Amino acid sequence: MTAPAQPAPAAVRSSLAGRSLPAWAPWTIVGVAIAVGLLAGVSTGLNVALGIVLGVLVALVAVPAVSTVVEGGRRARDRLATLLVTLAFALALLPLLSVLITVVDNGTARFDATFLTDDMRGVVGEGGGALHAIVGTLEITAAATLISVPIGVLCAVYLVEYGGGRWLARAITLLVDVMTGVPSIVAGLFAYALFSIFFGPGIRFGIGGAVALSVLMIPVVIRSVEEMLKLVPNELREAAYALGVPKWLTVVRVVLRTAAAGIATGVTIAISRVIGETAPLLIIAGATTRTNYDIFDGRMETLPIFTYQSLMNPGARPEFGVDRAWAAALTLIIIVMLLNLVARLISRFFSLPSGR
Amino acid sequence: MTKPATAPSGPPSGDAPPGDAEPGGSPAQPQSSPHAVPVARSARRFGDLLFSGAATLAGLSIVVTLAAVFLFLIGQGFPAFTADAEDLPGEQNFAAYVAPLLFGTVWAAVIALVVAAPLAIGIALFISHYAPRRLAQGLGYLVDLLAAVPSVVYGAWGIVFLAPHAVPVYRWLERYFGWLPFFDGPTSATGRTMLTAGLVLAVMILPIMTAINREVFLQTPRLLEEAAMALGATRWETIRMTVLPFGRSGIISAGMLGLGRALGETLAVAMVLSATDVITVNVISSTNPATIAANIALDFPDSSGLAVDALIASGLVLFALTFVVNYIARVIVARRREFSGANA
Amino acid sequence: MSKRIEVSGLDIYYGKFKAVEGVDMIIESRTITALIGPSGCGKSTFLRSLNRMHEVIPGGRVTGKVVMDGEDLYGADVDPVNVRRQIGMVFQRPNPFPTMSIYDNVIAGVKLNGRRRMKRSELDDLVEQSLRGANLWEEVKDRLHRPGSSLSGGQQQRLCIARAIAVRPAVLLMDEPCSALDPISTLAIEDLMQELKAEFTIVIVTHNMQQAARVSDRTGFFNIAGTGQPGKLIEMDDTSVIFGNPKVKATEDYVSGRFG
Repeated sequence: MTAPAQPAPAAVRSSLAGRSLPAWAPWTIVGVAIAVGLLAGVSTGLNVALGIVLGVLVALVAVPAVSTVVEGGRRARDRLATLLVTLAFALALLPLLSVLITVVDNGTARFDATFLTDDMRGVVGEGGGALHAIVGTLEITAAATLISVPIGVLCAVYLVEYGGGRWLARAITLLVDVMTGVPSIVAGLFAYALFSIFFGPGIRFGIGGAVALSVLMIPVVIRSVEEMLKLVPNELREAAYALGVPKWLTVVRVVLRTAAAGIATGVTIAISRVIGETAPLLIIAGATTRTNYDIFDGRMETLPIFTYQSLMNPGARPEFGVDRAWAAALTLIIIVMLLNLVARLISRFFSLPSGR
Repeated sequence: MTKPATAPSGPPSGDAPPGDAEPGGSPAQPQSSPHAVPVARSARRFGDLLFSGAATLAGLSIVVTLAAVFLFLIGQGFPAFTADAEDLPGEQNFAAYVAPLLFGTVWAAVIALVVAAPLAIGIALFISHYAPRRLAQGLGYLVDLLAAVPSVVYGAWGIVFLAPHAVPVYRWLERYFGWLPFFDGPTSATGRTMLTAGLVLAVMILPIMTAINREVFLQTPRLLEEAAMALGATRWETIRMTVLPFGRSGIISAGMLGLGRALGETLAVAMVLSATDVITVNVISSTNPATIAANIALDFPDSSGLAVDALIASGLVLFALTFVVNYIARVIVARRREFSGANA
Repeated sequence: MSKRIEVSGLDIYYGKFKAVEGVDMIIESRTITALIGPSGCGKSTFLRSLNRMHEVIPGGRVTGKVVMDGEDLYGADVDPVNVRRQIGMVFQRPNPFPTMSIYDNVIAGVKLNGRRRMKRSELDDLVEQSLRGANLWEEVKDRLHRPGSSLSGGQQQRLCIARAIAVRPAVLLMDEPCSALDPISTLAIEDLMQELKAEFTIVIVTHNMQQAARVSDRTGFFNIAGTGQPGKLIEMDDTSVIFGNPKVKATEDYVSGRFG
């Protein structure tokens, strides 16, 4: 490898060291390339982002090139793959960061006490708040949870504990999977079509929104509970059976109890998924400017709808409407992130030691 | 109550049915004493019957709900299929009404899939095989957070941030790649184009695709990977020899699921896309086809009568489309899933 | 309270597959019966059929008779739940309930069945007796409310035995109870079995022939003709006979290690 003319190559070849780049080398190349790109972007007054992009592209060429020369083609391809894979991950974080920054940046202007305690009745320009939307979101989501969790948990119990590979269980598993893919707008249309039969066309009320959200939420609950129930070792079920415990008590007291933390986590995640749903509520819950506490009567505003309406039709003094829209988006994001955090905490502090 | 306090050491002495403490519990308690009938018939099953019945009902409710979705949409949307052209929005028959919408729906979803699929594979590999093990879970959680952002927020972000920032890139694409029909221009000044909608959709479907890919990559048998590494394969060669072939069906079904999501996504597209009723593959101009879901969201609040029926009928078309896509995806997944509970 | 079991003409199936065929066996009261044989010969399956745990597996079913003190366990109106209260089981790997403390694990069988009205002191007594019965009391009496999973493997297995005897079964089935344990824990369990014999009828499946020879009074040898064939009870006799002077050549080959 080093000096083919020498008689020594045998010794060289038998060494395991070989020639390779030190571990820091590729990442240094990447860092330098990006830094140069950044500098070039700043100094020439061109786009900074463009500079970074160019830097990354340079690194994607330079690292494999250097590696090919020093270590050979196989290692070079390995290094290129590592770079690409890492880049993919970095790219995924960009929109997340960008979304969060945009929302926080625009949302803080109107995220104040008034915003949380006022509704929009009679508000034309400045002021106003999202109380009506917060109330609607909480009530509709709570109702959807009340509908979805019992059905979802029981259905998961059926699939794992009673279905036992029967055709009905297999069919339901497949349908649940398909149901997770039902577009949210279709769920809204379904609720509308269902309730307009009883209440006539043009029906809008909160509970309809809850039904629509349940269609979206039930499969998510089933899926996560099912996963959790499957994680409960069969040995525990058998231990209970062998003690002469009837099956239903085994399921309630042993299986569900063992999986409780996981189920709570799954339900929380499911809530966080539907709380931001907009499309079905647009269709069946409608929109309003006053605070409506009665889920069974009259239109109900929700945070996503409020965001959507305020942004798309900001009103006579658009700047205030747009500010309110972003504040509502911020509220929504905070709620969703809190729910996710709660889910993480539940699973961290209440899950069982996974020692087995 | 009858408990063997008499037996000083050692276990049970026999005359104490463990259950007697609760008299009303169950009528046919087994008697443990040697002479009684030991394994008596029991009404215990009542609890079992009730509980398994409730569980089965819950399972059936899934079937009923899905069937109801189909039936109600057909029932309410039916008038639109047969209505005269002049009664429908746009004064054209239903097929002509839905065609550009269907095209827009598929087109936006395909763009999203083309962008998201390689990224999702890369991210999943990063988390499953590249990131330090201790970080992997947290990184996975970060990607999952993308799924937690409500679609209306993505829509707002698309309008305010992504679209304006994309305009220079679109100009550049038009100048150098304008010979491709996709970048034929003229570039939209607002950036609210098909490509922007596709990019937003790509971000939105990344988490689910990544999650599935990650799961199948992690399922690669350790022995296979070790066998490859023992042959002197580099990490990338190991992945290409074992992880990717092993996970192929998972990758395909992740793609189908992502496609299904993208087809049905509503608000983000409704907000980002400035749409008219055309069919074009140009992804950077200001004339774009709408998608079914976005069209429903935009028109439904102000529609009545037959227009509502037409919207519901288009929703039925969307439902059928996503149903088929998801069904295919799930059949692929189901073929490789095994029941993890039984250890028999 | 220990009981005699008579098995006659027992066939055991997984779906259509016949796993065990034509077993006739008498298990005497207050004895330890060991079941030995090569892997896959159906001895564990047979053991599980004795307290109807076999049918927990989808497709699992049985024909023939298992009679305990005059009553067929597979009779038409017999509730398997009640059978299992009479015939307890200890599994291959210790499986304490992870959500429960040591204390709660012991009384799990009593409590899970919905009988919470036992007085605290009665429960305390029951826990102490059962743990003493499993030779575990001295080791855990100061930490009864720690999780069961905090114990060592051998202690966990004895906890499972305590849990099984707390419901006062007549018979105790043990499915390779020591296979996951170290030699010292194994000895502790073997000693325990000798003590439990005074109260219970014990049936143990084991792969360890020394263990079978050490602990059991009677030994049954199962064998299988080939893959896909059902397992059969080849020979059953006093342990000294099986290990000293078996009647069947296959048994002799197996116990003397010339098998296969």
